[in-house]
Amino acid sequence: MENTADLRIVEEPKRPLAMNPKKFGMWLLLVTVMMMFMSVTSAYIVRQAEGNWLYFELPVSFYISSVIIVVSSIFMQMAYGSAKQNELGKVKKLISFTAILGLAFLVVQFIGWRQLVQANVYLVGNPSGSFLYIITGLHALHLLSAIIFLLIMLAAAFKDKISSGNMTKMEMCTTYWHFLGGLWLYLFVFLLLYR
Amino acid sequence: MENHSHNDHGHEHHGNFWTNYIFSEDHKVIAKQFLITGMAWALIGGTFSVLFRLQLGFPDANLSWLKPLLGGWITAEGKIDPEFYLALVTMHGTIMVFFVLTAGLSGTFSNFLIPLQIGARDMASGFMNMLSYWFFFLSSCIMFSSLFISTGPAGGGWTIYPPLSALPQAISGSGLGMTMWLIAMAFFIISSLLGGINYITTVINLRTVGMSFTKLPLTIWAFLITAVVGLLSFPVLFAAVLLLIFDRSFGTSFYLSDIYIGGEALPNQGGSPVLFQHLFWFLGHPEVYIVMLPTLGITSEIISTNSRKPIFGYRAMVGSLLAIAILSFVVWAHHMFVTGMNPFLGSIFMLLTLIIALPSAVKIFNYVTTMWRGNIRFTPAMLFSIGLVSFFFTGGITGIFLGNSSVDIQLHDTYFVVAHFHLVMGSASFFGMLAGVYHWFPKMFGRMMNEKLGYVHFWITFIGVYMVFFPMHYIGIAGFPRRYYSWTNFETFSGFTDLNMVVSISAIVTLLTQFIFLFNFIYSIFRGRLAPANPWGSNTLEWTTPRYPGHGNWPGEIPTVYRWPYDYSKPGAKEDFIPQYVPFSETPESNLPQENELIKLEGVENTIHVEEKKHH
Repeated sequence: MENTADLRIVEEPKRPLAMNPKKFGMWLLLVTVMMMFMSVTSAYIVRQAEGNWLYFELPVSFYISSVIIVVSSIFMQMAYGSAKQNELGKVKKLISFTAILGLAFLVVQFIGWRQLVQANVYLVGNPSGSFLYIITGLHALHLLSAIIFLLIMLAAAFKDKISSGNMTKMEMCTTYWHFLGGLWLYLFVFLLLYR
Repeated sequence: MENHSHNDHGHEHHGNFWTNYIFSEDHKVIAKQFLITGMAWALIGGTFSVLFRLQLGFPDANLSWLKPLLGGWITAEGKIDPEFYLALVTMHGTIMVFFVLTAGLSGTFSNFLIPLQIGARDMASGFMNMLSYWFFFLSSCIMFSSLFISTGPAGGGWTIYPPLSALPQAISGSGLGMTMWLIAMAFFIISSLLGGINYITTVINLRTVGMSFTKLPLTIWAFLITAVVGLLSFPVLFAAVLLLIFDRSFGTSFYLSDIYIGGEALPNQGGSPVLFQHLFWFLGHPEVYIVMLPTLGITSEIISTNSRKPIFGYRAMVGSLLAIAILSFVVWAHHMFVTGMNPFLGSIFMLLTLIIALPSAVKIFNYVTTMWRGNIRFTPAMLFSIGLVSFFFTGGITGIFLGNSSVDIQLHDTYFVVAHFHLVMGSASFFGMLAGVYHWFPKMFGRMMNEKLGYVHFWITFIGVYMVFFPMHYIGIAGFPRRYYSWTNFETFSGFTDLNMVVSISAIVTLLTQFIFLFNFIYSIFRGRLAPANPWGSNTLEWTTPRYPGHGNWPGEIPTVYRWPYDYSKPGAKEDFIPQYVPFSETPESNLPQENELIKLEGVENTIHVEEKKHH
């Protein structure tokens, strides 16, 4: 069988359906984050049903921060769009805006905590207050990680590493940011409905 | 997509000692790291069980000879300190469930087999995979050092129910040891999640050409489903642990209310300890399937290979795995029948729990029918797999008793429960892990393990496990509560002293037998017979790699897959196995009519082409 070329009929197997593994992994990460918040909020519901629950109004800043996070998501989407168009100057500007709005969100959330303290709602005390601090605090920590991700993308933009042909990380960053914005809206509506 | 192209190049990577063996991103090295760390933990966890069995089997014995090992934990009278006894029980559970049978099992076999069996160069992210091991290592270090602190390791049971675990002043095992337990578990969860994300991503996105889901080996199905279960349940444990940390260290009252310690009221008001149980068991029940499912996959593969028969009911096997995984999320409250829950709710959870018997029975039926009239080769791996089926059956039967909310009132927290879960989940899963080691050792280390020692190991362990756990059913029905330090004060229980002694002696013998395995394992790594390319005549892709596969697994191209992995003893075939990479066009003598159709599909685009192939 040396160097003989034979002609054979071979069934060609299909290449399995696949997605970019990094993006796929990102989505799985989001699932874990969502499961964690789902479990905290369902613990909230279970605990609330048992009575002895302190009722209080949500601080005004939470309304403001909700608006901020929505606006930041719009900027993020615009940054993504500009990256696709290879407009790096715009990308830098828009990512910076998003990051600044993210920081503003954190500051406003912190002001919200201070308003809670003024309303005599503390971390240590009735679980209704403790839950509020834990939920908002956990979300803030995740948002902080997203801001770090944004800064990494900003650095990448300055090194000309973002282009229409190299969008994986930009897409992941956008997904993460939108997810955390959506997560906050879910938490906010949840807290409004179940106080 | 750049990752794909990178993987396809996949040449062998060369590095120095540190990058090759310590901070390696190669899935095979990481798998071995998990295996060896897991074995070290298994030894520690097993030793702990023998220590507390000494106390339970020989309550009057003088144990001062253990002083060199346990020091101050042996009291002046030569007894194990009662609080240390609680810590031993707690750590035995924690170590075995999480460190051995979760990380040691999934970490080893998911890591090792997923890329090799689906035909991938490595995991989706080698770096994350490495990180997963090192988070596990960090977690292990913290847990291990908690064994040596003056207040002892955590002592509130592996389920760490508050308020006991939430109040450092409650027992010494709730002090620093519990804090370290919580921190270690937080890192452990991160490690599991990193691993799980990688396993799922790899299975779904990096399969080789032709490896459709219907052609996946059942091992891979099991690892995939296990990873999904872990991904959905571990974040819940993380949330539960987080709230517990806040209760312990920051004064919140999620789980604490109306507690008096030493006659003094604590300020905590409004918490609910049952809330913790809900959160914990929402992880805890899926967790027992995280422990069990991978071994069910491993067993499917080993039983089919060594029976030289296709697995019976491939689809039913996948379906039952899925059914078990889904049901595992809706049965958690059967651990809580006696918490004062609404009896109607209890009935619902009872019904859902009993339904699990159906997919489990499907699995046992399929294992038995696969072996039925097969040319069974009793390799050590096969024996351990059969042992798994035996334990899964005997232990599963008692699950039907315990799942009844009314029967559970009598049996709750007795040794009947201990017997049940040690057989169905502990021993069964342990046997699956050992079967996996015996079966894939040639691929891991390029050498064969000694079969004779394997037989000795199997038979003593198999009989030993039954000698340990079977009597526990009687002890449990008699009403012995678990976790008790001593029963000598209860006249009723004096009739069972002998039985407890038998259990303890069997436990000691079983533990000692594991050293035969350990010797065999270490000896064979260096001195074992060199392994042939495909020692078990197996169909899956891992046996197409060289004896010592480098980073990248295949020196040349990744093989293409044409058929399912269970073409054993196909009528008409030349050999009793046809590997997955053999196209149907090369086996006209054994093809079924519908398989011939696959070749004949000439002219249809993307299904067939004429290939010019050069033989050298």
